[in-house]
Amino acid sequence: MIVADKKPIEEIIEEIKNHEKILILGCNECVTVCEAGGKKEVGVMASALRMYFLNQGQEVKIDEKTLERQCDHEYLEEIRDVMDQYDAVVSLACGVGVQFMAEKYHTTPIYPGVNTCFLGVTEERGVWTERCQACGECILARTGGICPVSRCAKRLLNGPCGGATKGKCEINKELDCAWQLIIDRLKALGKMDDYEKITPIKDWSTERAGGPRKVVREDVQQ
Amino acid sequence: MRLQYPSDIKIIFVPCTGKVDVLHILRAFEKGADGVCVVGCLEGDCHFISGNFRARKRVEQVQKILDTIGIGGERAQMYNLSSGEGPRFAQFAIEMDERIRKLGPNPMKLAKKKAA
Repeated sequence: MIVADKKPIEEIIEEIKNHEKILILGCNECVTVCEAGGKKEVGVMASALRMYFLNQGQEVKIDEKTLERQCDHEYLEEIRDVMDQYDAVVSLACGVGVQFMAEKYHTTPIYPGVNTCFLGVTEERGVWTERCQACGECILARTGGICPVSRCAKRLLNGPCGGATKGKCEINKELDCAWQLIIDRLKALGKMDDYEKITPIKDWSTERAGGPRKVVREDVQQ
Repeated sequence: MRLQYPSDIKIIFVPCTGKVDVLHILRAFEKGADGVCVVGCLEGDCHFISGNFRARKRVEQVQKILDTIGIGGERAQMYNLSSGEGPRFAQFAIEMDERIRKLGPNPMKLAKKKAA
């Protein structure tokens, strides 16, 4: 999922202080799971903002709504009828949702309510870690299902750098060396032969280096 | 025991303090409560193992939010006691009442009156 973290309320207040009718818009997908932008977080933020503005003597209308997703046309269309009631929206979706909202509702300012962090997993409640950088050319088949692009600080593709100590990365003692994990896993799978194979130079044009990306699937297009 | 404690405290029963969410406490303040105290079982004695620890974390979250928005984090407090400690409950109630009286009414009330 896409992992996001809450933005400080002070930052959001600073962005919206000159508006009078504001919609706090949550998303039911990834940001709900990582407890940054779901229905509950929308409720907490809206309640805090209502109290703040009332206490400041500012008359500000703050409403709450949470959509199924903010990255699909059909869900964003659900609020078309009410959008004219607001002069700003704080979107608690990831950066994708914020931008899609902004594209769809061209004349209403859309402010981000969370910091979008990475593609990752829930290790335990309250702890999320990165697993994928969406490089566009998956090499997990050759690396025992552990990604050196997202989990090695140097993104090395042919074995460890030599800086690791006791299986931990040299940039952070708490961070596992991705290549240590890969070697351990290849051993467990009995596939250490794969480790000896040289990975050719990766085509980074499918990653962000090639500019904004696009996937077109004619087979599913209408 | 017929213990005395301030009559302006309204008790809301919950099955476990772990049920109390940040949003519940914030809504109470939004509706004009001058203070909210969450009274849970003794730490380590939770029937549901960690309910009272969760409640404490949530109260701390609320305190931060209230400080940020200028309502005052001190208005939210967490207390722990066992179910057999009636006199302790009365003592907490008196303590909370005194604390809130020192802080004065919830600024929301005044602001709502002004706005009306």
